[in-house]
Amino acid sequence: MTLEVIGISVLWVFLFGYIMVASIDFGAGFFNAYSTLTGRAHVLAKVIQRYLSPVWEVTNVFLVFFFVGIVGFFPKVASYYGTVLLVPASLALILLAIRGSYYAFVTYGGLRGKRYTLLYGLSGLLIPASLSIVLTISEGGFVSRQNGALVLDYAALFTSPLTWSIVVLSLTAVLYISAVFLTWYAREARDSRAEALLRRYALLWAGPAILTAAGIMVELRAHNPGHYARMLEVWWLFALSLLLFGRSVYLIWKKRQYGTAFLLLAGQFFLAFFGYGLSHYPYLLYPYLTIYDSFTSETMGIALIIAFIAGLCLLIPSLYLLFRLFLFDPDYLQGKRDNHA
Amino acid sequence: MGAESSVWFSRLLTELTLSFHIIYATIGVGVPLMIMLAQWVGIRNGDEHYILLARRWTRGFVITVAVGVVTGTAIGLQLSLLWPNFMELAGNVIALPLFMETFAFFFEAIFLGIYMYTWDRFKNPKKHLLLLVPVAIGASFSAIFITIVNAFMNAPQGFDVVDGQLVNVNPLVAMFNPAMPTKVAHVLATAYMTSAFVLAAIAAYRLLKGSHHVYHKKALLLTMKLGLIFSIASAIIGDFSGKYLAQYQPEKLAAAEWHFETEKNASLIMYGVLADGEVKYEIRIPYALSILAHNNPKAEVIGLDQFAKEDIPPLYIHYLFDIMVTIGVGLLFLSLLFVIGTWRGWRFVAAGWFRRLIVLGGPLAIFAIEAGWWMAEVGRQPWILRGIMRTEDAATTSTHVDTMLLLFAALYLILAIGSITVLTRMFRHNPVERELADRGGEHR
Repeated sequence: MTLEVIGISVLWVFLFGYIMVASIDFGAGFFNAYSTLTGRAHVLAKVIQRYLSPVWEVTNVFLVFFFVGIVGFFPKVASYYGTVLLVPASLALILLAIRGSYYAFVTYGGLRGKRYTLLYGLSGLLIPASLSIVLTISEGGFVSRQNGALVLDYAALFTSPLTWSIVVLSLTAVLYISAVFLTWYAREARDSRAEALLRRYALLWAGPAILTAAGIMVELRAHNPGHYARMLEVWWLFALSLLLFGRSVYLIWKKRQYGTAFLLLAGQFFLAFFGYGLSHYPYLLYPYLTIYDSFTSETMGIALIIAFIAGLCLLIPSLYLLFRLFLFDPDYLQGKRDNHA
Repeated sequence: MGAESSVWFSRLLTELTLSFHIIYATIGVGVPLMIMLAQWVGIRNGDEHYILLARRWTRGFVITVAVGVVTGTAIGLQLSLLWPNFMELAGNVIALPLFMETFAFFFEAIFLGIYMYTWDRFKNPKKHLLLLVPVAIGASFSAIFITIVNAFMNAPQGFDVVDGQLVNVNPLVAMFNPAMPTKVAHVLATAYMTSAFVLAAIAAYRLLKGSHHVYHKKALLLTMKLGLIFSIASAIIGDFSGKYLAQYQPEKLAAAEWHFETEKNASLIMYGVLADGEVKYEIRIPYALSILAHNNPKAEVIGLDQFAKEDIPPLYIHYLFDIMVTIGVGLLFLSLLFVIGTWRGWRFVAAGWFRRLIVLGGPLAIFAIEAGWWMAEVGRQPWILRGIMRTEDAATTSTHVDTMLLLFAALYLILAIGSITVLTRMFRHNPVERELADRGGEHR
């Protein structure tokens, strides 16, 4: 395995981590807003707050880690994507900033208001939509060189069915992932009303999530036939992913083993995400940039991997501690302890 | 909007983001240390007041951390969005500390979450105190790593340029560049110093507003002592920074000191106004610049005459230098007077006018941080990588930077109003007297 492949694999895993934790976060905000609208806020608010409070900051770090890492391993990404993404990434940043600080203001500062809860829920859906634009752009066809500068063709981007398929996929996936996780969390917290409501959401969003994922394949066939062909080569990854999906929906339907259902879901998304990434290889931005012509110097690559391993040695035990204290501690989960500063 | 205005707006947006971010970042680096010390003193002396102090600081701290995190995310991504060519070139050499910064940040984020939600959860309060160690270390280390990146921009090394390509990259040599020791030390010391004076200002404000609770007096004495220690450290390191500049970045020192001609026995110019190339109303301290630069009153100091016109930074950085040094020295003496005065029982340290000065000290310390960063950054112009890449060659070619500038300006305004509102509400609605009474009823 070459350094380039190690580098991109590390980043892919972190991107996957971000997608999972951020989906839970964004989806939770949306469900919270939706239940406020329908007058059921009291059912969900506690469970959601209890989970999010200690971890909201960690979610953000996954994203920072990914973009710092990709520029570190593949410096040319900065000059290609940096120029092109100025507007969409800035918008995502502004939404993330408002959302993150608003969360802290409300949770710790007691700033409340129904209107803000709704805005908060909506912003959570706009962020994945604005970030998923990157995936569309990476397929090629929207960036051109004019007078030596890279220019993004917004008209083509916003009229492409591929763009909208990916946006819809990101939305349905966010809601599905979040609902499944929170169903499990609510059961652990012995909050049966929240559990029942969230289970309904999970079942509701399972269908759209899998349908839009399949829709992407169709869109890619027209947009980037090479990518589509390589996806077919690893069809078994997607088939396996579908199997896991079926099993986890079954468990939720039968109200059994929500923990396992969530793990199956994580596996489902990991396989699909891995298959998508594998078939995109070796391009970072089709057809301009591959992981080989943008990789950093060998010494830096090795230094980054060493730093990464050292960092993981610190992170994994710390994350384990965090999970043990807040995800798997029955007293905390059931709200018997509120040891907030 | 052409490429030239892209450079201009990119500079403006970066300056705006950083100027806003460092207010929260500085507090984010310094306050965990203060919380840790207060909680430690409280546990050691069995004094409930200090523990409550740590607890209340923590609550306020979370709000500043939230704004620090989101603006930090913004600047992290803006580096690539606004300066793509710089990141492509520098990324090859300086990615390691950037990467390590995110680990420090990760570490801090995890333990801050745990610390926040485990008050009174452990039987042994020392265990809870220990959770703060990784928070404080993580906060300081992210400052260290990110300052290393900035130091590299001032003194790039650890690579060779052959035909416009970077070769023979050595990440460690790049990290341990000559600017790094003084920069890192100065950033840390001034962050601790600023946080101490900001917290002291809060205590003094409560005392001024008529609360005579011993809690505020303890808070004030503790923070003023820490402020004194760290302002002395900052001043000493500041002197080292002057010597670093004389040796490695003489054009920055010469511009900041309005030192036009290379000469021996150089005198230091304080204050003054520059009009049509003439310095007016200044205070000249003979030999002081030679001492600052080389520890020798007779040493020769390189002046601006040694540099090509296009390589000289803007001369207004002299005013920034004056602001930074004046505030720093002023706060040093203020805290010295307070600590000696309290110790000797001088009455004026409890007088209203003296407490008003301490209240003023908080915002002034933050203003000094801003002035110091503006001086350091503008003093590096016209380079983004000193001697290697000019700022105008690094910026994006996108034509939407002006719109983004407006959007981000609006964002920072909202964040500023939001954080100030929330912080004042938090403490106004829950004064320490009430909280002490509540907790007293709860615990014993």
